Amino acid sequence: MRHSNHGPVLTRMLGDTGSLIFVVVLIALTVAVPLCNVYLPEASALHVTDYTVALIGKYLTYALLAVAIDLIWGYCGILSLGHTAFFGLGGYAMGMYLMRQIGDRGVYGNPVLPDFMVFLDWEHLPWYWHGMDIFPFAMAMVVLVPGLLALVFGGLAFRSRVTGVYFAIITQAMTYALMLAFFRNEMGFGGNNGLTDFKDILGYELSADGTRNALFVASGVGLLLGFLIARFIVTSRLGRVLEAIRDAESRTRFTGYRVAYYKLWIFTVSAMLAGVAGALYVPQVGIINPSEFSPIASIEAVVWVAVGGRGTLYGAALGAGAVNFAKTWLTGAYPEIWPYALGILFVAVTLFLPKGIVGLVSQLRRRMRRKEPS
Amino acid sequence: MKTPALLESFSDRSRVFDFVNRPAAGAKPDVRHGTILYVEDITVSFDGFKALDALTLYVDAGELRCIIGPNGAGKTTMMDVITGKTRPDAGRAWFGQNIDLLSLDEPGVAQAGIGRKFQKPTVFERHTVHENLELAMAGARGVWPVLLARLSGEQAAHIDETLELVGLAERRHDAAGSLSHGQKQWLEIGMLLMQEPELLLIDEPVAGMTPQEVERTADLLTRLAGKRSVVVVEHDMEFVRSIARTVTVLHEGRVLAEGPMDTIQNDPRVVEVYLGE
Repeated sequence: MRHSNHGPVLTRMLGDTGSLIFVVVLIALTVAVPLCNVYLPEASALHVTDYTVALIGKYLTYALLAVAIDLIWGYCGILSLGHTAFFGLGGYAMGMYLMRQIGDRGVYGNPVLPDFMVFLDWEHLPWYWHGMDIFPFAMAMVVLVPGLLALVFGGLAFRSRVTGVYFAIITQAMTYALMLAFFRNEMGFGGNNGLTDFKDILGYELSADGTRNALFVASGVGLLLGFLIARFIVTSRLGRVLEAIRDAESRTRFTGYRVAYYKLWIFTVSAMLAGVAGALYVPQVGIINPSEFSPIASIEAVVWVAVGGRGTLYGAALGAGAVNFAKTWLTGAYPEIWPYALGILFVAVTLFLPKGIVGLVSQLRRRMRRKEPS
Repeated sequence: MKTPALLESFSDRSRVFDFVNRPAAGAKPDVRHGTILYVEDITVSFDGFKALDALTLYVDAGELRCIIGPNGAGKTTMMDVITGKTRPDAGRAWFGQNIDLLSLDEPGVAQAGIGRKFQKPTVFERHTVHENLELAMAGARGVWPVLLARLSGEQAAHIDETLELVGLAERRHDAAGSLSHGQKQWLEIGMLLMQEPELLLIDEPVAGMTPQEVERTADLLTRLAGKRSVVVVEHDMEFVRSIARTVTVLHEGRVLAEGPMDTIQNDPRVVEVYLGE
């Protein structure tokens, strides 16, 4: 049983226990990790190493990508197997800004051209690199470029009523095409090396402790805002229309809703969120290259959502954290097992945990409650 | 069309372009001539089979019309054409005198004021009963207005009224999927009412219902007629007899007979079609 909630916006958004716990834990994590990194001595048991700060920061950006995917998959039934394309484009926009920040400190010392362009004997900056040295402009591109691609691609697909597995397949093709394009040196994005050797962001050195912690906080805040935007959408009447499209698309049409517009809108919003996630990711890992566009990366991201629990938003974020934690640990301890583990995980979750970790937790809680009265 | 012919068609002064004809959003059907639905010479063929064969049919404003006919007579195809799901090969379909139904898609037809109830009850199963009615409620259909929509007191009261009318007030917070078959049918009728349509198309409303449920549904539908026009497609003759004033019999995509129930039942052509089945 679920209740329509028509109360004030904040109670509407944080009315359910899961979302509230998630927001509280996320805020605590965003505050505590940098504090434990900076103020606790290294000998302390609660000290968080620099490595861990960067690692969790990366997980936070993955979690934002997972929230973006859950927004369309969990609530509107749109399965995108190409969402890292938007993540990657956001990342490249940020990467271009960071490249321009290097200035004449590159190997070739060219004040305007990034190293790889000098290496290719280019004389001028390509037109699309102009303005990317201006931070606000670059940040606008982080949102607008993925949004525009989603608008055009989704517009074509949804108008033609491409749905389900066919849509999933063409999104794979989209991200694959982008990967091949970005591998080419002529594209002007550094070919297969991508963009790297970043020096600083907004004048702050990237390798400095303060910058690392600031980026961590930015990722936490980014995830929080992304989550709240997504919650605002799914708890509005629009959210209920999206669920109606997911459950009975044709009925929704006969009720007078232009299904294609709704799908296009939410797909575009989701792509923009994914772009922001990519932009937060790049300065923390220090590189962006075409492998981010690989079809398998998008499938992995969908697995996070499935593992965490579709259609809850916080479940998706949780899944992203849990799967990537397992990945970090496994690829360190037994690198050859990881692909198998991922496959088995997906099959097991589909078979035994159709509602993911979140579903398992609520099932256990219900069982506990049933035992109590006896 | 070849290019010269295409260019010529633009300079053809008697031609009316589609965008000129398109009714303004929210336009109401003009029923000054007393007719709300004009279906004229509609032909639909699927792989050579004529599902509708120059079907012509008029429905008066405020009328409760029953349409009967054996399987394959074209009843559902007719509804598909009217609601924008199927494009006919030929013919015209107008809603009042001013709205060309063939120029609209499904949401457009729904927004113009035609509500459709399917044969199988189709409600939003995972939404609550209350949410189902809220989604169906006439009003904003654009993405941004819907994102910011809040339920006004008046609207909430309207939903409550409809809940009472269809007898689901106590189930308002339950998922629609948990309702019985009959209750789902009523919920769907309630959703149609929330859409405030001028014309309701209802496909087999009593299939699979208990006698008590049938009675209640008949009561609901008769109450609707007058204020709105209702077209009911049904197999159950007993039910048709209990609600209809005018009955149209479809056979092989055409109108076979039309008139009051008693005349229809004694029409030898109708008897033959039904007994021959």
